Parts: sequence; C-alpha cells; structure tokens
Amino acid sequence: MIPLSWYLILAAGLFCIGLFVVLTKKSAIGILIGIELMLNAVNINLAAFWHYYTQLNPSQTPLNGMVFLAIVFIVAAAETAVGLALIISAYRRRNTSVAGEMDLLKG
Amino acid sequence: MTAMQIIFLIVAAVTLGGALMIATSRRMMHTVLWLVLTLMGVAVLFALLQANFFSVVQVLVYIGAIAILILFGVMLTRRSMVDAGESLVHKNWWVVAVVIALLFAAIVISIQPWGAAHTPLVELMEFKEPISDLGEALVDPAAYLIPFEVSSVLLLAVMVAAIYIAVDRKGGKS
Amino acid sequence: MSFFRDPVVFLTQWLNGVLAGWGLPPAWVQVISFTIGGAILATGAMLFVTILIWGERKLLGRVQDRYGPNRLGPWGIFQSFADMLKIFIKEHITPVGVDLIPYNLAPILSVAAVLMVWSVIPLSMTMYGVDLSVGLLYFVAVGALGELGIIMAGWGSNNKYALLGAFRAVAQLISYEVPMVVSLLVPVMLAGSLSMNEIVKQQNIWFIFISPLAALIFFVTQIAEVGRAPFDLVEAESELVAGFNIEYSGLKFGMFFVAEFVHAFTVALIFTTLFLGGWRGPGAEQYPLLGFIYLMLKTTIVYFIAILMRGSLPRFRIDQMMDVNWKLLTPLSLILIAVTALAVKAMQPLSPWISVPVNIVLNLILIYLTQQLLVRYFKRRKIREVGSRNRPVARLEEPVTSTAESEGSL
Repeated sequence: MIPLSWYLILAAGLFCIGLFVVLTKKSAIGILIGIELMLNAVNINLAAFWHYYTQLNPSQTPLNGMVFLAIVFIVAAAETAVGLALIISAYRRRNTSVAGEMDLLKG
Repeated sequence: MTAMQIIFLIVAAVTLGGALMIATSRRMMHTVLWLVLTLMGVAVLFALLQANFFSVVQVLVYIGAIAILILFGVMLTRRSMVDAGESLVHKNWWVVAVVIALLFAAIVISIQPWGAAHTPLVELMEFKEPISDLGEALVDPAAYLIPFEVSSVLLLAVMVAAIYIAVDRKGGKS
Repeated sequence: MSFFRDPVVFLTQWLNGVLAGWGLPPAWVQVISFTIGGAILATGAMLFVTILIWGERKLLGRVQDRYGPNRLGPWGIFQSFADMLKIFIKEHITPVGVDLIPYNLAPILSVAAVLMVWSVIPLSMTMYGVDLSVGLLYFVAVGALGELGIIMAGWGSNNKYALLGAFRAVAQLISYEVPMVVSLLVPVMLAGSLSMNEIVKQQNIWFIFISPLAALIFFVTQIAEVGRAPFDLVEAESELVAGFNIEYSGLKFGMFFVAEFVHAFTVALIFTTLFLGGWRGPGAEQYPLLGFIYLMLKTTIVYFIAILMRGSLPRFRIDQMMDVNWKLLTPLSLILIAVTALAVKAMQPLSPWISVPVNIVLNLILIYLTQQLLVRYFKRRKIREVGSRNRPVARLEEPVTSTAESEGSL
C-alpha cells in the first residue's frame, strides 16, 4: 500500500509552499492563509504517524496523535479568529490590508 | 501500483496543485477558493489514513469555519468592489523560492535513509476508530484533561479578544 | 436472501456476483457498485422531490384558497415535469464580468452538498450508502459546503445585490448552525453514538418522546437552514432581488431551485432519522422494504408540516430572526444539553421506565420556564404603536408622524 514516506514528502511539500506563501504574500490575509497551509502539513504528518503507530501496536489504542491533531485544530481556529480581527481592525484605521503598509506602532 | 496508490497520487496532486495556485494566484478571492480545494484534499488524505473523525472535522472546522471566515475577511477588507488583480507577491520572491526548494530537498533527502519511512501503511482491518476513547481521555485527569481545559480557556480568551479587537469604537453604537 | 424480502441487498449481491464473475478485482467491484448505488440514490432523490414539489404546490394552493396546479395530467400531477423540461431548454445567460469558475461551480456545489447527506442516511435496516461512524458530524460538515456554494454564487455573479444576498444568507446559515449542532448532541447522548444507523437502532422509544425540546429546536433551526418561510430572508423576493442567485438563469438557476427543495426534504429525512425512529416500525426488521416505506411516510408528514408552517406564518424581520437565534434558541439549547447530560449520566443505572419519564418532565419544565420568561418579557416591553389606532381615514387633518424605530423584538 502507500508508504509512510509518501505522506511525509507530501507534508513537507505542503509545508514548504505554505512557508513560501507566508514569506512572499503582501496581503496580511495571504500570510494567514500560508500559516493555515503549514498547520495542515503538520496535521498530515501527525495523522500519518498516528496510523503508523496504530499499525505497529494493534493491541493498544494510541491516542496521542489524535489529541495532538485536535489541539492543532483548536489552535488553528483560534489563530484565524484573532488574526482576522486584527486585520479588520487595522484595515479600519489604516484602510489597507497589506502587511507592509501597517508600519505604525501607534494606532 | 495499487488502486489506493493511484488515489493517493491524484489527491496529492490536487492538494499540492491547490497550494501552488495559492502561491501564484493574483486575486485574493481566488486564493481563498484554492485554499478550500487544498483543505478538501487534506480531508481526503485523513480519510485515506482511516482518521474518519478528523477527516470530517477538517471539513467542518477548516472549510465550514476558517475558510468562510477568511472569505468574509477578504470581502470586508477590499479597497473597492473591483478586484484589480494587482501583484500580491513580493518582488524578491525567487530568492525565497530557491531557499525553500533547498529546504524541501533537505527534508526529502533526510527522510530517505530512515528505514521506517518506507513501511507501507496498510489498511487496518477490524479497526474501530477510538472516538469514545478519545473523548474519555480528554476528560480524564490522568490523561489529557489539562491540555483540553487549557485549549478551551484559549478558545474563550480568543472569543473575547476577537470581539474586543474588532469592535468599532468610534463609528458604531457599541 | 430472497428477492421479495429484501430486494436491494439481493440486487446488490447479484450485481457484485456478476462483476466478480467477469474477473474484476474486489476493490473495483466495490467502486463500481458504489458508483451505481450513488447514481441511483441521487436520481431517485431528485425524481421523488419532483413529485413532492407538486404536492407542495397543491397544498400551498389549498392554504391560499386556490387549486394549485391542475392542468397537466390528473390533478396536475405532471406540472413539475413540465417545469423541469422548460428549465432544461432555457437559455444560459452568462453576465459580463463574472468570475467564471466560481460562477459555474456554485450551483453544482449546492446540489452536491445536499445529495452528499443522503449517503449516510439509513433508508432501511439493510439499505444505506455507508455506515459512517461519524455520520452526524458528516451531515453538519457537508452543510458547510452548501454555504460555500452560496458565497461563490454571490461573489462570482459580479453583482452587488447578489453579494449582499450571499452575505445575508451565509450569516443566517452560520448563526443557525450553532443551536442546530448543540441540539443534535441530545440524540447523540441518548443513543451513545454518532453513527446514524446506531441512533436509529437505539430508538426503542422515539427520541422525540424523550426530548421534545431538542426536536423542536432542531426542527426550527432546520427550517432556517433551508431558508423557507418564516425564515426565507435568503431569497425574500419582496425585500431583496431574489438574493444570491439573481444572476443565474436556465438550468443553473434550476439547480439552485432543486437544491433548495431536495434540502428541505433531506432535513425532514434527518429529523425523522434522529427523532422519529427512522425506518423503525412493525415488521421493519423482517421486511426491510417495509422500513423504507415507513421512513418515507414519516418524512413526508414532517415535510408537509414544514410546508404548512411556510404557508401560514409571515416572514421574520432580519433582526427578529437573529434575536430568535442568539437570544432564544442558543441559550435554550445550551441549557437543554447541560440538563440532559446530567440526567442521562445520573440515571444510567436505572431502568428506562424511570429515566425516560424524568427526561420528559425535565424537558417540559424547560419549555414551561421558557414560555413564562417570554410572556413576562413581552408584558414588560412596551411595543410602540405606529400611527393611530383607528386607521383608515382619508381626511386631511394632521399628517401622522411615524415614530417607528427599528425595535428588537423578543
């Protein structure tokens, strides 16, 4: 069936593209999207290793991987909510959502 | 090459293609729609890994909540109704691309010699996803009670913070 | 397994046998039989809904004191087929400046999002697409795709009215998802499973009799999710210009139309599965086909109750609609789930003869308290009158000064 390394390489690719998006996008929302991609790549890795570990120890029910996945989901949702609130607040004051133009420390 | 491998390759191509389109697309709105496609691909990957619960949660949380939230964010922070398709990418992007390609190559090369990475992931027969075990472990003090509680406090704090930050003090009635 | 006892399983096994006989590997046999099953299910759902549209129009006609469709065929029964034919041959108009991919993908996505729900519903004891262990969660997740379809339609149309309509629709759908998901947890707690099959099998007593409040909340939120009167602000034709689908024509509009009707029937189906015992009924275990008939009968009854509501209630204002959700349904469902969780946990060792009545009594107490609170609230709140009490006068005295402010009701 599918080797573990395929999943790992896919996750690495997704992570790298996410990093590229974070580093190159001008828009703050674009940066947020890149972070989501990176978190998803991490999730794929976690799920793949969870499956691998379950396969090695069929008698136990390993839960660490699932708990990690759940917490990554929670953190991702929290991060998006606060990030978008910040972006909208900044947009209201500066009328821009481009990260490079948000260059004042004072609101 | 088995049927599962073909399915995996198709899904992986869709996922990575969607991610690449995010990096290259010029309109913010299209970026988010490509993000939805990528998230969908990841959900299918979870299903391939027999993590059905997280596959569904991925669609529910990422597409149903996060992607739609980002869509709203994009629509609310446009400068005009017309999306001009201006260049959204930094001008030195190729330097970043080279560095990241090197990073990717480094990861792939470092995975190769590790023998366990080539274990084929077989379909677990007679396998019930331990959802009820997961639920019990999350509220068991001996297991994951504290991370669970901390993350719920985090969500509450985020809710308060998001409302506090985004509230319009000058213009609106709030 | 004889044909007459359970034709669907019989035919499936026969088909699998034939395919395996051709020398196909088992994985491909499975893929082919799932594809055929899905196609039959989707087509059957759409055709069934076509007939239901006729019933709905007939019933609405009676509510509004007219005949309804009565020209084509006996009692006008072929009217919706004629409409279908008409919508198929209409012209596709693509407005200037649309965003082509979202614009064309949106109708497909909204139909698909509804039809995908059917794959986890147990139509009879042996007849279901797949017994997903997280079936209910899947139902909620697929609903999110429908919202995405609406946003894509509103955005892709390149029309500000469509975009505003989409905003409004999605705000409504997302808001009503909160009490819906919370009230869904009640049957999950009672059955101890997220799988639809398991929930049906646990309903020796229908859950509507154990937790009527949860059923009520779920019913109301579902009507709001479908966007029908009194919650039809999504396409309030007298306020908005038909909402998010204004720029669509021909078959693409028809797909939104079909999606709405199939969605309405699907939520009735989900309601039946969760609260009315699904396919269960006398003799349904021996003859699964009988279970299917029971399911369809119950679903049709629920569906027609929703239609009667549609025919008899006026539309909410948008602030009223949000008030109903955030100030009434959400707190109520949260309290209900806390009460139900405590009751179910405390009475786990007891026999159902004690725990079920206690649950019912708790629900009734909650309903009574809510009703009392609402009555008090409305007594305390003065509703300001607009104009004078004796209205229809055409005299020229003094112009009536309108003191109407938009008041939050409830």
